[in-house]
Amino acid sequence: MSRRHIISILLENEAGALSRVAGLFSARGYNIESLTVAPTEDPTLSRMTLVTSGSEHVIEQITKQLNKLIDVVRLVDLTEGAHIEREMMLIKVRAAGELRAEIKRLVDIFRGRIIDVTDASYTMELTGHGGKLDAFLEALPQGTIIETVRSGVSGIARGEKGLQV
Amino acid sequence: MELTGAEIFVKCLEDEGVEYIFGYPGGAALHMYDALYKQDRVKHILVRHEQGAAHAADGYARSTGRPGVVLVTSGPGVTNTVTGIATAYMDSIPLVVFSGQVPTALIGDDAFQEVDAVGITRPCVKHNFLVKDVRDLAPTIKKAFYIAASGRPGPVLVDIPKDVTAQVAEYHYPDTVHLRSYAPVTKGHPAQVRKAAELLLAAKRPMIYSGGGIVQGEAAAVLTELVRLLGYPITNTLMGLGGYPATDPQFVGMLGMHGTYEANMAMHECDVLLAVGARFDDRVTGDLAKFCPHARIIHIDADPASIGKTVPVEVPIVGSAASVLEDLMAQIKASGRKPDAEALAKWWETIDGWRALNCLAYDRNGEVIKPQYVLEKLYELTGGDAFVTSDVGQHQMWTAQFYKFDRPRRWINSGGLGTMGFGLPAAMGVQFAHPGELVVCVTGEASIQMCIQELSTCRQYDLPIKIVNLNNRYMGMVRQWQEFFYDRRYSHSYMDALPDFNKLAESYGHVGMRIEKPADVEGALREALAMKDRLVFLDFITDQTENVYPMVAAGKGHHEMQLGPCAAVVPTDRELA
Repeated sequence: MSRRHIISILLENEAGALSRVAGLFSARGYNIESLTVAPTEDPTLSRMTLVTSGSEHVIEQITKQLNKLIDVVRLVDLTEGAHIEREMMLIKVRAAGELRAEIKRLVDIFRGRIIDVTDASYTMELTGHGGKLDAFLEALPQGTIIETVRSGVSGIARGEKGLQV
Repeated sequence: MELTGAEIFVKCLEDEGVEYIFGYPGGAALHMYDALYKQDRVKHILVRHEQGAAHAADGYARSTGRPGVVLVTSGPGVTNTVTGIATAYMDSIPLVVFSGQVPTALIGDDAFQEVDAVGITRPCVKHNFLVKDVRDLAPTIKKAFYIAASGRPGPVLVDIPKDVTAQVAEYHYPDTVHLRSYAPVTKGHPAQVRKAAELLLAAKRPMIYSGGGIVQGEAAAVLTELVRLLGYPITNTLMGLGGYPATDPQFVGMLGMHGTYEANMAMHECDVLLAVGARFDDRVTGDLAKFCPHARIIHIDADPASIGKTVPVEVPIVGSAASVLEDLMAQIKASGRKPDAEALAKWWETIDGWRALNCLAYDRNGEVIKPQYVLEKLYELTGGDAFVTSDVGQHQMWTAQFYKFDRPRRWINSGGLGTMGFGLPAAMGVQFAHPGELVVCVTGEASIQMCIQELSTCRQYDLPIKIVNLNNRYMGMVRQWQEFFYDRRYSHSYMDALPDFNKLAESYGHVGMRIEKPADVEGALREALAMKDRLVFLDFITDQTENVYPMVAAGKGHHEMQLGPCAAVVPTDRELA
């Protein structure tokens, strides 16, 4: 049975490390739902969060193959334990006349923020579980969306333990 | 001491103990070639095509266990090595490939002879590096050799821009290397080893299946001891031949698509399977749904990702084959238990029944030379002790079936990637590593033409390789598949306008021989083998209709082998003319 997994990876902050991971997924036919990567507080390390789906067998192969990459220092499948996941979304919508108040209300309900305004538009920021972001997009009045930008999922395990070198 | 990048490169090779470097010069590599010119410890071998350099280094590595080393220039120099790098990658062979690169300031500008070497090789290397600072050069080279040779070995590419080879830095070659992200496991988990020992001792119909990991992991001696201690049957993969003595009665031959009847049937019927240094390749397993239906499986491998990849395993053990097998043997001895003698005797009786079928028999009475006969004679006349390289196709399978390798590192062929053109350059690397020893390249008229330019390299360095060309004027394995699976539509598997190989060999300064009759095979081989200081090209004109049997067709199980010929209708040269 195919399940969604969030794989969190510490990798060497080297040129080409990202393409080694991306190349592995395309070469072996694994799918990537989302992928985020940025340096950590230790500038020699990057933290990557990768959302993929597959059977237990496929996920086991994915983690083994990732571990084989020389640039991968450590990884954890966050979905194996209690964890928190967040995604950030920037949305630009048409907002004129009566729509302005309606959209403002929606943003409050979803605990988002309006971060840029023109006479005819709002740009908003919203953070949360992917499902919440989807729900917000559904709730917006039809035809108002100009642009959406989603960061992809970031995740962290609950509790005291961390993914460290 | 301050040295230029090019001098550092050469010093590193010296400090790494590199004997030979196989290569071809060009613009971006010229500083390095200049530094090579000024010393005589590292011997550079000039090939005729960069693919040849990679295969030669590969042959050197396979026959010695030490990493093979390559030096090429940027652009086409490095793209020409890609087939060789991929060949080494698929068979887990340690190679370190150095490529020149355009100067750092030009990278990304589509400069002359620029190619993204790191990008183009990424999917077929264990790791690769682009060195952008001369101070990183020595530590990177140290890492490259370490990564290539440790754990599950593989090729590593080091791309060096031209300006880096001109800049100067203080030279220091590190004694050790530590990578926080790379620590191969050597020792198997003791509890798993204990479980494996128990399972093996409880077996009624045991089977041992070993692969290239035994050869590459220097585990042949301990494997042989363990197999003899247990008295169990053993089969080898194509890559594993020589990992267990083929003349030993416990050896049941190669398994898989062209394996023996007894090996494949024993796989199908066994109740416990010990797999070691093998990766359950599709050519070995056949249809996975029908693979070893009764077996509980123990799998020992250096690469955790190989375990459970295609076949579910009951007892996985990550570790080097030699270390784990030693622990396993100690465990078995310490247990004081013995295998079930009665069950084993019955099992051997069954296996001997399969053996009696004599599945490798072929018709010896024809007027034309049978390829199998040539290989049988080659085996006899060389006492089974030659280094034998091969190309890819029917001749490769027949060599695997008919040349009985008793020692590891004697059988050199491209198993995983199946690279035609591998045999001759690989034989060069083997011959450099083993001067004075007999090196034979078994090939076919199609494969040999893919790297035939290396005959010139063989002349330059006086390599007395013996080339056994099984010439059936067809891409034999392609033709065989077309006969079986494409209703005898022989689409583009017949090659017209072959060269006169005698004259070709002679024009390169070698000896050529053409053999057309079965009665002349032995004499020709004797004559060629006696010419110890010459390369001899033996062109055997062989039966065009011969097929490799047994055969487990793709999608079939081990027990569904095709054993003998169906009536073959293959158009001959005359009909095609």
